[in-house]
Amino acid sequence: MSLVLILIPLLSFVAALLSLLPLGKKFPLIITLLSGIGAFVLALLEVWRVIAEQRVVAIPGWVELDGLSAVLLLLVAFLTATAALFSWGYVGAHVQQLPRVRSYCAHFNLFTFSLLLVPILAQPALVWIAIEFTSLFSVLLVAFDNTHAALEAAWKYIALMFMGAAIALLGFFVLFWAQQKAGGGHYSWEGLRVVAAQMPPILVKTAFLLILVGLGAKVGFVPLHTWLPDAHSQAPSPVCALLSGIKTTNSLYCILRLVPLLTGDHLQTWMQIVGLISVGVAAFLLLQVRDYKRLFAYSTVEHMGIIFVAAGFGVGGNYSALLQMIGHSLTKSFCFYAAGLALLVLGTREIAAVRGLIRTSPFAGAMLLLAALAIGGAPPFAVFLSELSILHAGLEGKDYVTISLLVIFITVAFFGILLQVNRMVFGEPSIQPTGDHKKLPFACVLTLIIAAIPVLGLGFYQPASLHALLDLAASQLAPITPP
Amino acid sequence: MDDPTTINWLQSLNALTGGLFLLATFGLVAMRQVNACLRLFIALSIFLSVSAFLLSAIYHNWHLIVVGVVDLVTKAIIIPWLLRRALRDEVYTRREITQVLNIPTSLLAALGLTVAAYILSTPLLAIGDGVTVGLNLPIGLSGLLIGGLTAAVRREAVPLFLGLLAMENSAFFAGIGVAPEMPLIAEVSIAFDVVILVFIVSVLTHAVHEHIGTTEVGELTMLKEETKS
Repeated sequence: MSLVLILIPLLSFVAALLSLLPLGKKFPLIITLLSGIGAFVLALLEVWRVIAEQRVVAIPGWVELDGLSAVLLLLVAFLTATAALFSWGYVGAHVQQLPRVRSYCAHFNLFTFSLLLVPILAQPALVWIAIEFTSLFSVLLVAFDNTHAALEAAWKYIALMFMGAAIALLGFFVLFWAQQKAGGGHYSWEGLRVVAAQMPPILVKTAFLLILVGLGAKVGFVPLHTWLPDAHSQAPSPVCALLSGIKTTNSLYCILRLVPLLTGDHLQTWMQIVGLISVGVAAFLLLQVRDYKRLFAYSTVEHMGIIFVAAGFGVGGNYSALLQMIGHSLTKSFCFYAAGLALLVLGTREIAAVRGLIRTSPFAGAMLLLAALAIGGAPPFAVFLSELSILHAGLEGKDYVTISLLVIFITVAFFGILLQVNRMVFGEPSIQPTGDHKKLPFACVLTLIIAAIPVLGLGFYQPASLHALLDLAASQLAPITPP
Repeated sequence: MDDPTTINWLQSLNALTGGLFLLATFGLVAMRQVNACLRLFIALSIFLSVSAFLLSAIYHNWHLIVVGVVDLVTKAIIIPWLLRRALRDEVYTRREITQVLNIPTSLLAALGLTVAAYILSTPLLAIGDGVTVGLNLPIGLSGLLIGGLTAAVRREAVPLFLGLLAMENSAFFAGIGVAPEMPLIAEVSIAFDVVILVFIVSVLTHAVHEHIGTTEVGELTMLKEETKS
């Protein structure tokens, strides 16, 4: 028994309640930061135990942590901590009224609470609820600025989220039905995997299809991606980092959990097709965006597609899919922190309005360029290594057509991102920074430095414990072979 | 102790409830008045509860009684109350003129979706699980599709959202049929989750109404790549 696992999301929940206490502007921000750091430290300890013991159980069948969920928990917790730190600087510089600071912190903590719930829950129906919570608690954060655009984005977001949730809900009911037909057992990820071979294939396929469509809307698979650039560009930057970096990944994790329940080669082909469509469409949409936060949002659609393609390479691709998942979450959050900093300096989201950022604000400009290179997949960053390992997995699986298309799309996306960011960073400065924003908030600068460490570090060195964790996680993405 | 005539009778009642459920989803597509849509949604929720009660009698499963009661309280009482509180009466008495599709076309499309739902669920029913699955699954699936259609053709916030809620109701309607043994905690938390959702949507709709001055969310089309310059 390890009740520490339950404590991790609970910290955020308590912080959400405490944020509402009438105690000055700094108080809710401090509480948010402390709960974020606390969650990260506890998550790190639990993940360490998973590497040693393979599985940490708090309530059997309900609250468990295995290799796959440990990878996700680690990412969620790290992003929670960095986003909390960035919020400190961002909200401090951006939001003046005390009630709005409180409301931001309360929603932020509820959002991270729901994000932290997803990996530790082992019962699919409860995971559905947790994922639904991640949407619900982030809606008002998307609408936080109360502008026409923000409200519009929030409305589209909630409508599509809920539509997806309803479809996925039926999928989870059908999945339960399938398990009952196979003789029952505990309705948990592991319980499903054990009886996978006995479940009626037609029911599992139906459930998978419903969940793929329902949660795919939340992941942002094309053609259900339309809400994503809107919501991810209108929310405050730390929230964008969480939305793009980890909320989409949470839903994708849930879909990937179902892959070992299915059999047949066609499944892999279809996964590659679904993934490729997202990568391709997003890569070309990247070329025509005019808002740099939307640029990174489209890149999320692209990367979700890449991860799904990698998972579609079968057992060989699972490891690289997970590596890409880690690389994407860390890098994308870094991108949005850099974009948030640029927004603080410039006060505009228009790409065309900005030139010579590197001269107006050398730090923000350098960070934005670094972010663009890192997410585009340039060496020596983490995403470069994971994309390389995906190509390797694809070549081993002899999926040459998929690989060629993937390489083309990734290259297009790389140039799309670099072209846009290049235009902003270099050249003659067009905007003079407004006086009060000249000094960058220290907390934001610190966040960028901390967030840059794994983005750069994982490109050079991947610790043995990470390999062990990823191997464990990848083995859970494969079906259980009958003895 | 299971008297076959009683079971038969309960199943016929369930079939009647299912028919009314489907009829109510059709009504949701066709009704123009916002208030009428809300009443239809309440009816939909009541039919869902009735079906849960009937299934609990058929399967001797007390879970479903709780599910039915929770559903009745949340969806037939709390949610309509929340939605009414969010916006002034003026919104509810409004008649929606500008639908994306006109009413006969939408009804025809809904009919097509129902047929599609029956065709889609046929291979699943071959698994053979008794009459309740054969009834609840296709009706739930058609409701899911028709709810989606409603959400797609509506522009006014409340009816659009009621279409989405109808989708969730339909997923549940099919769910209690195919998985009556689903752990109670999951089913109750789903209802709880929907209440939070409605609360947040009513806050959001209120904000849209205040800031933009309309509840015709179909008119919100500012965020596009092309229009920005």
